Amino acid sequence: MQLKNALIGTTALMALAAAQQVYAGPTLDAIKDRGQIRCGVNTGLAGFSIPDAQGNWTGLDVYVCRAIAAAVFGDANAVDFIPLNAQQRFTALQSGEVDVLSRNTTWTLTRDASLGLHFAPTTFYDGQGFMVPADLGVTSALELDGAEICVQPGTTTELNLADYFRANDMEFTAVVIEGFEQSLDTFFSGRCQVYTTDVSGLAAIIANDAPDPDAYVILPEVISKEPLGPAVRRGDDEWFAIAKWTVYAMIEAEEKGVTSENASEMRANSTDPTVQRLLGASGNMGELLGLDQDWGYNIITQVGNYGEVFERNVGPNTPLRLQRGDNDLWTRGGLMYAMPIR
Amino acid sequence: MASFVKNPTPPRSPPLASVGVLGWLRTNLFNGWWNSLLTVLFLALLAWVVPPMLDWLVFNAVFRADSSDECRAADGACWAFVEVKYRLILFGRYPFDEQWRPLVGMLALIAMALASCDRRNWNRRLLFIWAAGLSVFFILMGGGVFGLTSVRTSLWGGLPLTLMLAFIGIAAAFPISILLALGRRSNLPLIRALCVGYIELIRGVPLISLLFMASFMLPLFMPTGVSIDAVLRAQVAIIIFAAAYLAEVIRGGLQALPKGQYEAADALGLGYWKTQQLIILPQALKIAIPPIVNTFIGLFKDTSLVAIVSLTDLVLATRQALGDPEWRQFFIEAYMFIMFIYWIFCYFMSKYSQYLERVLSTTRRA
Amino acid sequence: MAQPLSQPPRTTAPAAPVAWWRNPTVRGILAQLLVLGVVALIVAYLVDNTLTNLEERRIRTGFSFLEQEAGFAIGESVISFSPADSYARAFVVGLLNTLKVSLIGIVLATLLGVLIGIGRLSSNWLVAKLASTYVEITRNVPLLLQLFFWYAVITILLPSVRQALEPLPGFVLSKSGLQFPVLIYDPSQIPLLIILGLSLVAAVIYRRREKRIQLATGREPRLLLPILAIMLVPVTLAHLALGAPLEFDVPEFQRFNYRGGGSVTPEFLALLLGLSIYTAGFIAEIVRSGILGVPWGQTEASAALGFRRTLQLRLIILPQALRIIVPPTTSQYLNLTKNSSLAVAIGYPDLVSVANTSLNQTGQAIECIGIMMAIYLSISLLISFYMNWYNKRIALVER
Repeated sequence: MQLKNALIGTTALMALAAAQQVYAGPTLDAIKDRGQIRCGVNTGLAGFSIPDAQGNWTGLDVYVCRAIAAAVFGDANAVDFIPLNAQQRFTALQSGEVDVLSRNTTWTLTRDASLGLHFAPTTFYDGQGFMVPADLGVTSALELDGAEICVQPGTTTELNLADYFRANDMEFTAVVIEGFEQSLDTFFSGRCQVYTTDVSGLAAIIANDAPDPDAYVILPEVISKEPLGPAVRRGDDEWFAIAKWTVYAMIEAEEKGVTSENASEMRANSTDPTVQRLLGASGNMGELLGLDQDWGYNIITQVGNYGEVFERNVGPNTPLRLQRGDNDLWTRGGLMYAMPIR
Repeated sequence: MASFVKNPTPPRSPPLASVGVLGWLRTNLFNGWWNSLLTVLFLALLAWVVPPMLDWLVFNAVFRADSSDECRAADGACWAFVEVKYRLILFGRYPFDEQWRPLVGMLALIAMALASCDRRNWNRRLLFIWAAGLSVFFILMGGGVFGLTSVRTSLWGGLPLTLMLAFIGIAAAFPISILLALGRRSNLPLIRALCVGYIELIRGVPLISLLFMASFMLPLFMPTGVSIDAVLRAQVAIIIFAAAYLAEVIRGGLQALPKGQYEAADALGLGYWKTQQLIILPQALKIAIPPIVNTFIGLFKDTSLVAIVSLTDLVLATRQALGDPEWRQFFIEAYMFIMFIYWIFCYFMSKYSQYLERVLSTTRRA
Repeated sequence: MAQPLSQPPRTTAPAAPVAWWRNPTVRGILAQLLVLGVVALIVAYLVDNTLTNLEERRIRTGFSFLEQEAGFAIGESVISFSPADSYARAFVVGLLNTLKVSLIGIVLATLLGVLIGIGRLSSNWLVAKLASTYVEITRNVPLLLQLFFWYAVITILLPSVRQALEPLPGFVLSKSGLQFPVLIYDPSQIPLLIILGLSLVAAVIYRRREKRIQLATGREPRLLLPILAIMLVPVTLAHLALGAPLEFDVPEFQRFNYRGGGSVTPEFLALLLGLSIYTAGFIAEIVRSGILGVPWGQTEASAALGFRRTLQLRLIILPQALRIIVPPTTSQYLNLTKNSSLAVAIGYPDLVSVANTSLNQTGQAIECIGIMMAIYLSISLLISFYMNWYNKRIALVER
């Protein structure tokens, strides 16, 4: 029976090794036990989430996760970044492999209703655009009838593209390539005349990936609404609230002029009740969320307000050179509007 | 009426044209008009293809460069790309300062494989060799003990990951496949049906569908709160896949055994498991070793598919190395480099399997 | 195979009554029940988990999505497809694309494989060496890499659309693939089609007759020229007589690329090349061992009968080698079909690619992967049933 026992033993061992407890019960408790937030990010998209040469992650999406970590632990570095591709992202969130998905993910009805997730407030209002080689002489997307267009599968991009051409009674050939790198290779090799993704993504590609940044232009048409923001799993409202109010805190801080530099000083001196509540000088906002009283203060001092994060990662002084536009505060004609912190 | 020759003529020396270089040329390249035509045709083809290829590969190639501009200026291949990026290609995103660990771990796996090639080790010792090789590998890669910093599996990558998927795949699939092969030959109808069902189902679908299943469906199969590491998920798919193919190979070995062996075991009064363990499997597995090596070669190549589900194996690590816009255009060189790595492994394994086939078949006849 | 392997030792005395738990039949049943129970438990556990998860996470289930509008475009298709069509039709498009590349790939791989397999056995040293180099290279490099390689070579080496090559008038070769003229359908072509069909029937009848004569008299059949004549002459005459319009839809350059005519995309081309070249290496080895498996005496005997080398191969060796060659070649065909699933990596819209896209758009992983696996399984089973039948047909009938 030796052989049999050995076989059974091996199989049982493998089965045991295969199952690994990742979190138990409410997400927040599990995260606190672990001491780290697992954050799903893009595998590499300049300005949003990209590892630098030392392997440190930077980008707008990355700082959203750092802000949540600052709120929960008071330590913006208590994040484990898990790079995910477009296909893996929802499964990873559903299965608990990541606690929050901050990976330029568009908020749509279908995703909200049928994928088992909740979207926290939008951190970047984007829209889909087209990029073409400059020497093609195209100036409008409406001239693209008959073009071959490179697009990544499994995204809203793919659907918007089809919608736009149908609506304008034009034809196109989709060249659908799995994998961001490969689809870029294919476009730059000249297989397609057009590449389409979110405008911010196009800017990132031109800044970071194009062999010659001046050889490509982004067409003026923006064909879709792409509100990008962090998402969490359904079924844990406490955790959802933390993600939601972390984003609001960043926006509110910008509106109130609280920055990473002046936060300490404002906590001590500001007489504005909203600022006091935000920075934990008064009220019990942190307690209501199940966090420390300092949660807002930690976010602002360690990560910065929304405007700072925007400028640092995608703003006019970065390779992406994006203007605030829709992502400006509502008070300046943009769409960024924090719910009242009170 | 036999004729009688008084003085037998001494054998004449062969005509000049059948010995030496000329003779060789004649028998091997120019025997008959058809072969001569073929030879001339292929020589012309080679003369047309080989020199420009060599120029590109070697003579005009850039082996070292400070920047990619030097490559762009040259007419030949840009091997400087490999020189600049080899750490990323071989080890993926594994923390840069710790990359001696995957290197040593990989060498441990290779040493383990080499030790398994020695027929003197084909006994219980093999188990220890594999246990030792795999433990060294996992301790080095994962860390967390002996003062090694802990490194998450999502950072594992490159050649060590490829080797790991293949070696663990074959090692874990082996016991399962023995059970499946025995089950398929069992006289218990239910067990036979289950094993046949499993084997045919897995062999009927492409590996990529199993990998998709592992990355998209496995998380749904687990109870809430239990999640399986992405590398482990792909590894499970590979094991499931390898087990079915290996089971068929082992079944082939089982079928090659003469009935007398079973009858002899019965006559000795051995039970089913004792019969298998002492009489049948040792012989059947020996017959099956060359095809097992071939299955392993196939598996080794097939691990490249995990790149499609975003595991940073050798293929995806190379793609990431190509993500650097400065070097993006040199993908032919990049692909050739890793093709060469795969080729080395597979070529020597297939030679080894051919050698085994020869050796084992002679010892069996003796 | 069906002999009991776990029988208790036989004794010379009439079998003593054995305890029931030692009875092999009882033990067999118990063992089966045990295994079945364990398997059922595992399955039940997984199904229960899945249902709970789907419920908890509000993930939609069921196949109703198949009737919904797909919303995405598919790059190339055998039947017409637009984003307004349903998911079900998208799956059909994917399946047809898989079948298209597999069937053509099987034909090409077989031709190439047989040539190279024979080449390896050639008495010409150079040919044999080249053939074995081919086999050693193609078999020992992962197919996925070969596909990437071919796709890269095609998209880099071919000129961009605006500098497209035109090797033959109307044929355009560029990074966008190969475009070629196709015949424009016209109702007056129907009689021609009918005549062509009749010619085909006539050719088959003629071939049967020649074979019968060969069996009866041993006269070597005359096939090539007469069959060509039967196929071509009536149709040409009819065309001249009826004057049905034969116009071609020729690809023409428009704003971005060539439109019109038929086309082969670079994705298809790369996949086809990769699959055929890779599989041909395996088929070559099978052909070689098949030919070596035919006893040498057969070659000698045919040589003694005065057959030329090509005729020896064609009439004596290959027919016998075929019995050894067919079964493993079948599994190579199956492998090729399954390997075509790597299309997803280079953007050819095969079944896996469509299923993958649908999965991501609907989030219904179980259904999409289930459909995909079921289709592959059916293809595999169909091919193996057919091949088993064929094997039986060509099996050696021994007296």
